[in-house]
Amino acid sequence: MNSFSFSASLNSNKSGLKIFVLLLFAFAFALPVGAQTSATSGVYAIKGAKIFTLAGPPIENGTVVIHDGKIAAVGANIDVPEGAQVIDASGLEVYPGMFDAADQMGLEEVSAVKATMDTEETGEFNPDVTAATAFNADSAHVDVTRADGITEVLTVPGSLSGGFGGGGSVIGGNASAVNLGGWNINDMVIERRAAMELTWPSIATGSFDLTTMSFHQLPFDEATKQYHQKVDGLTDLLDKARHYAQAMQSAATDFPRDLKLEALVPVVQGKEPLLVVANSARDIRNAVEYCQKQDLHMILAGGTEAWKDVDLLKQDNVPVIIGPVLSMAQAEDDPYDADYAMPGQLYAAGVKIAFGSFNTSMARRLSQYAGTAVGYGLPHDEALKAVTVNAAQMLGIDDLGTIEPGKIANIVVTDGDLLELRTHVKYLFIQGQPTSLDNKQLELYERFSKRPKLQSQQ
Amino acid sequence: MRTHKTHAIRLFALLAALALLPLAARAQDDSGVTLIKNATVITITHGVIEHGSVLIRDGKIADVGANVQAPAGAKVIDASGMYLMPGIVDCHTHIAVDGDVNEGSISVSSMVNIKDVLNPYDINMYHELAGGVVIGNVLHGSANPIGGQTIVIKFKYGSTPAELPFPDAIPGIKFALGENVKHSNFGGPVPRYPETRMGVEETIRNAFTRAKQYQKDWADYNQRKAAGEQNLIPPRRDLQLEPLVEVLEGKRYIHCHSYVSDEILMLIRLAKEEGFTVRTFQHVLEGYKVADEMVAAGSSGSTFSDWWAYKMEAYEAIPYNAAAMTRRGVIVSVNSDDPEEARHLNQEAAKSMRYGDLNENEALRLVTLNPAIQLGIDNHVGSIEVGKDADLIIYNHDPLSVYAVVQKTIIDGKVYFDRNEDIANRAALAKEKQDLLAKEKNAGKPAPKAEENQNNGAKPGKKPKKGKTAPSDTPQLTSAEIGGAR
Repeated sequence: MNSFSFSASLNSNKSGLKIFVLLLFAFAFALPVGAQTSATSGVYAIKGAKIFTLAGPPIENGTVVIHDGKIAAVGANIDVPEGAQVIDASGLEVYPGMFDAADQMGLEEVSAVKATMDTEETGEFNPDVTAATAFNADSAHVDVTRADGITEVLTVPGSLSGGFGGGGSVIGGNASAVNLGGWNINDMVIERRAAMELTWPSIATGSFDLTTMSFHQLPFDEATKQYHQKVDGLTDLLDKARHYAQAMQSAATDFPRDLKLEALVPVVQGKEPLLVVANSARDIRNAVEYCQKQDLHMILAGGTEAWKDVDLLKQDNVPVIIGPVLSMAQAEDDPYDADYAMPGQLYAAGVKIAFGSFNTSMARRLSQYAGTAVGYGLPHDEALKAVTVNAAQMLGIDDLGTIEPGKIANIVVTDGDLLELRTHVKYLFIQGQPTSLDNKQLELYERFSKRPKLQSQQ
Repeated sequence: MRTHKTHAIRLFALLAALALLPLAARAQDDSGVTLIKNATVITITHGVIEHGSVLIRDGKIADVGANVQAPAGAKVIDASGMYLMPGIVDCHTHIAVDGDVNEGSISVSSMVNIKDVLNPYDINMYHELAGGVVIGNVLHGSANPIGGQTIVIKFKYGSTPAELPFPDAIPGIKFALGENVKHSNFGGPVPRYPETRMGVEETIRNAFTRAKQYQKDWADYNQRKAAGEQNLIPPRRDLQLEPLVEVLEGKRYIHCHSYVSDEILMLIRLAKEEGFTVRTFQHVLEGYKVADEMVAAGSSGSTFSDWWAYKMEAYEAIPYNAAAMTRRGVIVSVNSDDPEEARHLNQEAAKSMRYGDLNENEALRLVTLNPAIQLGIDNHVGSIEVGKDADLIIYNHDPLSVYAVVQKTIIDGKVYFDRNEDIANRAALAKEKQDLLAKEKNAGKPAPKAEENQNNGAKPGKKPKKGKTAPSDTPQLTSAEIGGAR
């Protein structure tokens, strides 16, 4: 069913058009996303809004035209094409949809229930697995998250805990960039192999075992030994991958296919970024030095203590996907606001930053993380970039994250500052399609709001 | 080497914590009369006063208004462009506890008391002050259907365990329902009763059945004693049942960890049968489904802003919960249950404007007056009114904005957190840490030649064993060297 096949004429009586479009949208947004048209049809114009293109200064009273899933035009004096469905966004604000630069969307439903978890494979090195493969397009988290303006995510296999807790895999697999709207993963995926997840091995002397609810202590020497074993294993694997790449390029055919090495070829060739999860200052330094020596295209993920050595990241030009900003300082004598202030400090030092939720049910806090960082020193426009275009740039996805002609039309229309807590998302476009704001939580709220008032007790 | 390092790190952490103390300690001497002027004063109960002032005398709010003048000799804080609001009350915290918060070995652990294990040096208290939180309902954990006794404290970081408790606040007891008490997501090889929500009900019912018998035994004894009977043997004291008798007599509040609607209804039903009231349902993530029943039972709800899906019983949690319960007439607060979450309860309250469209004052009430009401301390705190405790926060922006940063936090008229001072102290603290590190490093170096032989081949860097005479270069720290702490 195509509910958008009829068109609105530009020359209609203005107020009539307004009502018509409102009705159209009331209908459109009541539909689940699955009931919408494919990504290739439909021309839309969002009119009269303040547009934060993030490619220049905000445009007052501007118009965005969307055509075939892409942004066709943006500006203050743009003609609305004939037949376009017009959204009157007077008094509203338009932003690129937000990009959660690290979470486990689609891989995790209820974290305590193992059957709903596809986040992490067993074994140390799993470069051959890919997040998009296990992405549950019908996850309740997808609808809940996009309703707050997050239009795409990097969903990351592995533990994402970055050494706090130890254990787990070293290479978690390929993280996938995914749009949060579509019938299934085939419609939704932006880049299956957007980055390779690597949890930097930590010298972990203490760990907490959730199955027995007990702490385990390891002697430092033993922990160090285990650390070196893991790093040596990694080095060995990367060496083999380089040889494997040479073999592939040499057009030789007499070598056995190795899926893990094959998966690492784009990584050792620097084509696929390595998303290195590390949080303690020591782990970050070890990881940065290692990746430089190995000539790998590193993105630091997590980076809780990156503020302790900002120069290191600047020198090596390592971008950072910053873990949940609302986190407690690691050491008792760290500045109380270490995590809140770090994004501003990294930016000021010239380090490229993006925000990630490193979670699934908390993904919608992304704007809160960015906003808090603004309170503690990050410029507002940089915070906006760090929840949109910066992540796309880090991952080499060039056609996403700003409102410019040719970009994927992932757009959020709000009634206020995108980063403010009280702001409501009014309209959402994913791949140029009006996308429903309905979700499990809104449905429950509305259903129980209608419950008749209990008249008498017992 | 490793041992050495660990000791060193612990020592530094301790010293750093101590070094923060003078800030609070100095604040203690700062009593008397203070005027905070030119602020946007958010009173909670009497609207917002632009360019308003609050006069503090002897730790209480002495005057509030647009035209309050500073008495002679008063300290004046110019809060131009700033926002002043009542200190945040967190209805669910586990900080300032020395060690574990769960006595998880037994299903009814009402004999243990958080009051006995308060730690005034918990750095988290300083962290919460930096987030504007001044009062916490310090709860036992949720391991048991009936958990330990609980206490309301003011976050007087660096004071003494005796100074922390909120004066005359009604004590509480933690109850818990659902997955945690039935060990759904963890647990050892030996199962513990209860393992179902059915068993949880019977565990609580059984405890109250025993408590009522105990109550009756004492009543009988006291009656016979009063009648002049001689040679009576008093009932044996039962420390497990005493707190439950207090619950039945309305002298102790129940704060009950709960998630799904059926278990909330269960406890409401059971409470009615047994003749007690649940003061607060904590978490109460499905409270929006049974809000009317909660109101009818005289129970309130203290919830999270937007946490969900971390376990099965949290899968129908909705961020609209606070607003939905509020609209149905429940007294609602938003709590932290976590030392980090507590640092931005103002932000968490603001989310009820996005999810459920509460207005600004309703949103702020969720973390000020409403939790104060829930804890029975609203005559003293929770709003800016003459006569109430001078527990105040100064923000640089509207506290419901994500950009608001706490500048000062005041308890009983005394500044316990000052952002400028905190920042100003950082360089000195960092230097002190470096000095101590250097000292500790030197302490591990081999002693001068003459003494080296006496060491009998002891590895360099090895810490002298306890009881033995320390080498001369071991730092002998004096109180003067540890940041002026007393």
